[in-house]
Amino acid sequence: MLELRRVSKAYMGGRQVLSNLTYTLKAGEYVAVMGESGIGKSTLLNLVAGLDTPDSGEVMIDGVAISELDDAAATLLRRKTLGFIFQAFHILPHLTLKQNIALPLLLNDLPVLRVEQMLAEVGLSGRGNHFPYQLSGGELQRVAIARALVHRPKLVLADEPTGNLDPDTAHDILQLIRAEIKKNGASGILVTHSHTAAATADAVLVMTKHGLKKTEPVERE
Amino acid sequence: MNAPILSGWLLLGEWRARFLQAIVAVMAIAIGVALGFSIHLVNAAAFNEFSAASKSLSGQSDLQVHSKQKYFDELIYPRLAQFEGVRLINPVLEFMVPIPGDHNSGNDQRLRILGIDMFRAAGMSPDLLGVPAEDRLMDGLSDDAIFLSPAAMEWLHVKQGDTVQFNVGTQTLELRVAGGVTRARAGQRIAVMDIGAAQWRFNYLGLLSRIELKLDDGVHHEAFKTELEKELGAQFFVTEIVEQEARLASMSRAYRVNLNMLALVALFTGAFLVFSTQALSVARRRSQFALLRVLGFTRQHLMRQVVAEGIVLGVIGSFCGLALGYGFAALAIRFFGGDLGSSFFPGIQPDLYISPAAALVYFAVGLGVTILGTVLPARDAMRIAPAAALKSSQENNVIDSVSVPWSAIVCLSLALLLAQLPSVYGLPVFGYLAIALLLIGGLALMPRFAAWFFSFALYWANRRFSCGKLHATTLMVLARLANVPGQASVALSGVLASFCLMVAMAIMVLSFRVSVDNWLEHVLPADLYVRAADSGKQGGFLPDEQKFLTELPEFSRIDFLRYQQLVLDPRRPEITLIARPIDSADPRNTLPIIGEFIAPEELSGHERSIWVSEAMVDLYGYSVGKQIMIPVGNRLQSFIVAGIWRDYGRQFGAVQMQLSDYQELSNDMSINTAAVWLQSKVTMDNAYDILHQLPYGDTLEITQSQTIRDTSLKIFDRSFAVTYLLEIIAVIIGLLGVAASFSLQMLSRSKEFGMLRHIGITRSQVLVVLAAEGGLLTTLGVMLGFVLGWCISLILIFIVNPQSFHWTMQLYMPWDWLFLIAGVMLISASITALVAGRRAVSGSVIRAVREDW
Repeated sequence: MLELRRVSKAYMGGRQVLSNLTYTLKAGEYVAVMGESGIGKSTLLNLVAGLDTPDSGEVMIDGVAISELDDAAATLLRRKTLGFIFQAFHILPHLTLKQNIALPLLLNDLPVLRVEQMLAEVGLSGRGNHFPYQLSGGELQRVAIARALVHRPKLVLADEPTGNLDPDTAHDILQLIRAEIKKNGASGILVTHSHTAAATADAVLVMTKHGLKKTEPVERE
Repeated sequence: MNAPILSGWLLLGEWRARFLQAIVAVMAIAIGVALGFSIHLVNAAAFNEFSAASKSLSGQSDLQVHSKQKYFDELIYPRLAQFEGVRLINPVLEFMVPIPGDHNSGNDQRLRILGIDMFRAAGMSPDLLGVPAEDRLMDGLSDDAIFLSPAAMEWLHVKQGDTVQFNVGTQTLELRVAGGVTRARAGQRIAVMDIGAAQWRFNYLGLLSRIELKLDDGVHHEAFKTELEKELGAQFFVTEIVEQEARLASMSRAYRVNLNMLALVALFTGAFLVFSTQALSVARRRSQFALLRVLGFTRQHLMRQVVAEGIVLGVIGSFCGLALGYGFAALAIRFFGGDLGSSFFPGIQPDLYISPAAALVYFAVGLGVTILGTVLPARDAMRIAPAAALKSSQENNVIDSVSVPWSAIVCLSLALLLAQLPSVYGLPVFGYLAIALLLIGGLALMPRFAAWFFSFALYWANRRFSCGKLHATTLMVLARLANVPGQASVALSGVLASFCLMVAMAIMVLSFRVSVDNWLEHVLPADLYVRAADSGKQGGFLPDEQKFLTELPEFSRIDFLRYQQLVLDPRRPEITLIARPIDSADPRNTLPIIGEFIAPEELSGHERSIWVSEAMVDLYGYSVGKQIMIPVGNRLQSFIVAGIWRDYGRQFGAVQMQLSDYQELSNDMSINTAAVWLQSKVTMDNAYDILHQLPYGDTLEITQSQTIRDTSLKIFDRSFAVTYLLEIIAVIIGLLGVAASFSLQMLSRSKEFGMLRHIGITRSQVLVVLAAEGGLLTTLGVMLGFVLGWCISLILIFIVNPQSFHWTMQLYMPWDWLFLIAGVMLISASITALVAGRRAVSGSVIRAVREDW
C-alpha cells in the first residue's frame, strides 16, 4: 500500500529529520508511529500526503511515487486515496456536520448518501444539521473521523488525534478510529506520543534518528 | 469534483458567518456603481436633451452658413439662393435678450429669440413655427407679436394675449404673446417671431446670424461645403449638423468626464473595501483553506473559490448599484435639474433613458473593480502551504506580496512620467492614470514603510526604557505593528486611501476657490458695474449715453468695456472679445497676467497688442509674441499676443484689446458695460439713485462688484456641490473599509486575545492595546495620506485642471480643514478599533483559545 524508499528530509538550517527511511505498509495494516518531539513524525505524514517533498528517496502509494507528482496530481491522489484526522479537529466552522462530512464525497464526485451512515457510525445520528460550535471536543473528533473515512480511502493518516481530549473520550475515539479503519478495509498510520493510543494499532513503529523500528503494541484494550 | 455545490456551501457558510461585512462590501460597490451610473444617466439625458433642443433649432438643414462675427450682412442671402445645388434656403436671426428683473441670482436671465421667415421655416424647421390664435392667423407676420415656448411662458409667467417686456439697449420694448411654440422641447426656453419684425424691433436691421441650406438630392455635401467656403471667404464658415453636435459635446465634455472620474473614486474606495474584506477573510481562513487543500482542493480551486466569492459580491453590488443609480438620477433631475449644479445645460428638464450598453459598462466596471480587489487575496489563498498553515497560525501576507519596493517605485516613476504627457482629445487621461499609479505605488510601499516606522518606534522605545520599564502593553502594540506589517497595512491602507483622496480634493478645491476669489478681486476693481442690453449688433451704451455718464460728478472714474462673441473655429464654442482701456504703462494693473509679457513700447508703431486668456494658448496655440488674426469690424485684423491672462470666467477662451484699438478698427463706438468708481463721499445708495434717475435708468443692470464676487463664489460652490457630495461618500466608504478591516482583524485575533486573558492581561488592557494600535496605525495612515494626497493634489491642480478647463491656479493649503479631518479620522478609527475589540474580547476566553479557527 505504502512504500518508503530511502526517504531523507532536512529543513532549512540543515536540521536533518529523516535519513534513509525505508518501510512498507501493507494493505489493511494499521500502525502507530511514536518518537520524541521533533524527530520527524509529522514530517513523515506530510511526505506521505504529498504536502511536502523528500530531499531524496521515494514515497510510493499503490505503486505511484507521490513525491514525483506535481501539485495538481498529488492533490488528486490525496483526494481519492487518503483520509486525515488531526489533533485540532479542523472542522469547517460555518458548514453543518453533514456538509463537513460530505466534503470528500463531493470532491471525488461521489454520491453523498454515505454521510448519514457515517454520522450513525460515529454516534452522531440526527445531528447532521448541527454546526461545529454546538459540539464538544470529542464529538468534533468523531466528525473528523467520519470525514476521513466517508469516501473509503485506502490510507488514513491520524496526527495526534486524541491530543486535545480527556482520557475517556480519547479511548472512545481511538477505538472508533481503529474500528472504522478496519471496517472500511483501509490502512492507517497513527502518530502519537501516547503508549495507550499506540496500543490500539496492529504494530508500533518507533522513530529514531536511525529509522523506524517495529515493535509489538504493549497495551491493547 | 462537484464544484458548484461545494463552492456554494463554502460561500454560504462564509456569508452566514460574516454577513455584515459582506453587506458592507456589497453596499460599497453598489454606492460606487450607483454614483457613476447616476452621473452618467443625468449627464447623458441632459446632453441628449440639450443636443436635441439645439437640433430642433437647426431644423432639417444639410448645411449652415455662419460668420466669425456672429452676425453678418443679409446681402449674402440672394447670392446663396442662386447657388447651384441649393434646394431650399432659410435665413435665421438668433439672439439672446435680457429679461428685466433680478440679475443677481446667478441664473441666466436671458431669453433666446429666433427671427424666422415662417414660409421658408415651414419646410426647414417646422418645430419652430408659432401657433397663433384662430382669429389672428396673420400674427406670424406681425411686428408686435412674439410666440413663446411653453417653458418660456412658464418662466416669464405669461400666457397667450399677455405682453412681455424686453430691454433693447437703453430702451424698453413691449411685445404681445401671440401664441405658443408648441413643438418646442420640454424645458426649452425660446421665443419665435417674424424675421423682419425681429430685425426691426431689436435693431438688427439687415443682419442675419445664420443661413440654413437644404441641398438638392445627389449633391455631394463635402464638396459643396468646400466650394461654398472658398466662395464666401475667410469671414464665413459652413458647418454640418455633426460638427455642431461635436461642438456641443466639447463644451461640457471635460466637466462630464471629471464628474465621472470622481464617481470612480468612490468606486475605487469601494473596491478597496472589497479587497480588505477578502484579504482579511483569507487571512482568517488560512487553516480552513489549508484543510481544503489537504482534502483535495487544488490551488486553482481555492483561487476560483475566493474569486467566486468576490464575483458574487460584485454581481449583487453592481446590480443594486444600477437600480440605485437610476433612483439617484431620477431624484437629481427632479430636484436639481439636468445640469448637476453646472451651467452647461441651463433650464433643461430631460427624460431619463437607460441605455443597455451604458448599464452593461457600469455593471462591468463594478464587477471588474471587485474582481481586482479579490485577485490578490485569491492569489494569497492559492499560495497557502497546507502543512505549515495547519500547524501554525501564520498571518497573511497579502499586502507583503506586492510590497516589493521596486514595484512601488516603478508605479511612482511611471506616475511621474505620465504626469508630463499632454492631454488626449482635451482630456487629462494621463493625469488620471498618474493619480491611479501614485495611489497604487503609495499603497504598495505601505507594508515596508509601516514595518520600518514601527520597528524604529520599537527600537526607540526599547532604548528609551532600557532598564526594563517598557510597559507590556506598549511592547505588545509596537511589536505587533512592527512584526506583522501585512495585516497592519490592510487597515492602514484603508485609512491612507480615503484620507489621501480627501486631502487631494480639499487642497484642489480650496486652491481653486482662493484663486477664483483673488482673480475676481483683480478683474473687478470698480465699485459698480452698469450694463445695458445689446441693441442689435451694437452695445447698449451709445456715445451720447457714455458722455452723459462720464459727466456725472458723483463718479471719479468710468471705464467702458465692449464685449463681443466671436467664432474662430466652428468646431469649438464661441470666444469672447473684450475691448477696454488697458494700462499701457503696465498691463498687469488691468489684467491678471501670468508669466512673461511684451510691454507696449516694445512693439513697432503699426503693431497692435492683444492679451489672450490661458484657454487660447491651449485651444488655439497662441503664445506671447505670436502674430494672430482676429475678426474686428468687417475683416480680419492682425495683432501681436502681448501677454497671457488668467480667466476663470470663460473656459473656451477670451481675448482683450485696447478699446481705442477696437473702436479705430471697427468704427463701433458703442459699449456694453461701464465700470464705475464712486467719489469718496458718494454712498452706494446715492450712486444707485443717480443711475436710476437717468432717462434710461430702468433698463440698466447695476451690480456692485462685491455682489458679483459673492454670486460668482456661490456659483462656484454650487458647481462643486456634487464634488463635495462624491468626496464625502468616498470618505464614508473609506471609513467603512477601515471598520471592516479592523473588525475582521479582531475576529481573526480572538485566539490571541483569549491567550492574553489567560496570562493575566485584563480586558481593559486588551482594549487599550487595540485602541493604541488603531490610533497609531491611523496616525501613520494620516501622515502618509497627507503626503500622497498632497502629491495627487499637485497633479489635479497643475495637470488635470489646466488640461480639462484650460486654466491654472495657485496652491493653497486648507490646514484647518485638514487638521479637522485628520482628527475625525483618528477618533473614528480608534473608536472603530475599540468597538470591534469589545466584541472580540467579550466572548468566552476558554472557547477563544480552544477553537480551531
